[in-house]
Amino acid sequence: MTAYIIRRIIQAVFVLLLVSIIVFISLHILPGDPIYMLMTSEEMNQKPEEEIQALRHEYGLDKPLIVQYFDWLGGVLHGDFGTSIRFRFSVGGLMLERIPLTFHLGILAFIIAHVLGIAAGVICAVRRGTWLDTVVTVFANFGITIPIFWLGIMMIYLFSLYLHWLPVMGYTSPFTDFWMSTRQLVMPVICLAIMPMASAARQTRSSMLEVMHQDYIRTAWSKGLKERAIIIKHAMKNGLIPVLTLVGLHLSGIIGGSVLIETVYAIPGVGRLAVDSLFNRDYLVIQGVTILVAGVIVLVNLIVDIAYGWLDPRVRYR
Amino acid sequence: MTENERVLTGILEAPPRVSEFRRFMRVFLGRGVVVFGMVIILIFFICAAFAPYIAPYDPYKNDLYNTLAQPSKAHLLGTDHFGRDTLSRIIFGTRVSLMVGVIAVGIAAGAGIILGLIAGYFGGWRLTGIMRFMDALMAFPMLILALLITEVLGGGLKNVMIALGISLMPGYARIMCGQVLSLKENDYVLAERSMGASDMRVMVRHIFPNSLAPIIVMVTMMMGTTILAEAGLSYLGIGVEPRTASWGGMINVGYQYLITNPILSFAPGISIMLVVFSFNMVGDGLRDALDPRLRGVL
Repeated sequence: MTAYIIRRIIQAVFVLLLVSIIVFISLHILPGDPIYMLMTSEEMNQKPEEEIQALRHEYGLDKPLIVQYFDWLGGVLHGDFGTSIRFRFSVGGLMLERIPLTFHLGILAFIIAHVLGIAAGVICAVRRGTWLDTVVTVFANFGITIPIFWLGIMMIYLFSLYLHWLPVMGYTSPFTDFWMSTRQLVMPVICLAIMPMASAARQTRSSMLEVMHQDYIRTAWSKGLKERAIIIKHAMKNGLIPVLTLVGLHLSGIIGGSVLIETVYAIPGVGRLAVDSLFNRDYLVIQGVTILVAGVIVLVNLIVDIAYGWLDPRVRYR
Repeated sequence: MTENERVLTGILEAPPRVSEFRRFMRVFLGRGVVVFGMVIILIFFICAAFAPYIAPYDPYKNDLYNTLAQPSKAHLLGTDHFGRDTLSRIIFGTRVSLMVGVIAVGIAAGAGIILGLIAGYFGGWRLTGIMRFMDALMAFPMLILALLITEVLGGGLKNVMIALGISLMPGYARIMCGQVLSLKENDYVLAERSMGASDMRVMVRHIFPNSLAPIIVMVTMMMGTTILAEAGLSYLGIGVEPRTASWGGMINVGYQYLITNPILSFAPGISIMLVVFSFNMVGDGLRDALDPRLRGVL
């Protein structure tokens, strides 16, 4: 197991390095001068050439690319992502302000999606062919079909404008006004949760169906165990392992989806920051957000892999 | 030969071809929802191809006397803030969605298959290099990677297709690599090589056709994912330019008139769902029909 964990960690570090190279290179093959990352084009026109040269030297943009990469990587490892040209504020600080919002939304969506999705999948597998199974299956098929930003808008129309049950948009910290915060989060969290929930339900259903036909389950039945015990103690233990492999994918979907949902509901989180910086050509912010998100996903995948190896010992020897 | 390969070769080249094909068609068309999906996809492709003849109005013609009209006999789905007919714009929007879907998936499948073949066939440093690079690409959520790529290349339809193509590529590379790794140990590959066939010939003539089944299923399934992603990017205003009739862009405009004209954002969303649902169902149908585990059961 230790060897397996070490191997996986080395792999993850390698992938992270590649991720950083992709992000770094992507912004350096930009047409035009990398100095644009430090100032807007109006400033470029106003400043005299010597001053720009001095800036270039100050930020190390005249050094060879490989040296620049290691300088940048060193900065990133210390939490220094550069300065946003729009906000005149450190990119790290900007992200730090917004991470709690996206995390709040994302973690709620993540938990709700997996609890409900897995429960629905198990029920479907156990009660295969009943009306409940049909309803959940149809619902799950729609869940992986629906454009979430559209769902968000339609929910605003129904619940906010028509029924007046929920506030239209915005974000309030739960520490300021818990009730308001929760009411504002209902719709965005549903939007973010729907896709992973549907996916988890589908995967759980099919892997549980497979497990339920295995010999050891029949043995459990013939021992006279209760249905509840068989499902929870025996079938779910193996049936949920394949669902675990999807966790990383679901997290990636939730973070990607938050770009859309934070835009629909005007929530100033990391996703919204990325979109705004794209329009403002605020390159270093995009770079920071991308590397942060990819880092989180690599880390979660590493944890999932280790958990997988622990739950299913066969994986360790592959 | 394993069960898996018998089915794959059976479908593609074995002598009892007719019966295999019949079995495939029986399973594939056996479910109503799959047929429904096929029909819907066909209708959307016809709409895309003949949009100028089907659409009742010019989707780009402003009619400032008739802005934000409610649905009526003249405008079945009403008009937008420039007086443009919503139904016509939806019909023209089919072009953007399907074109992005087909081309982005084409780029992803093409590049992914080639990289997967090379990685799996040669192994060694090529395998490690290519597959770790794919892992790194997979660490980015699709939309975030698309944002990064459009930041580099600039927005617009062409670049959105490239961006989505790159973000979908790792899926194909992985599946292809896995297929090659299991297929290349087969006797017929060894036989071909001992007769002096080049690596190229073995890969293109033997390994590639035998691993087509999962690729076909994945292509169909990913059409839906791609169309959803394109709609998302167009909604954010990153995809196609706002003037172009695209479903995501229409939803964005409709959002501003949600109180008075909910149909403006409702209708394009339904089109997206319908076409994505259809591709998913056809993908499911193809998987069931090509899936060897179901043999003997059906």
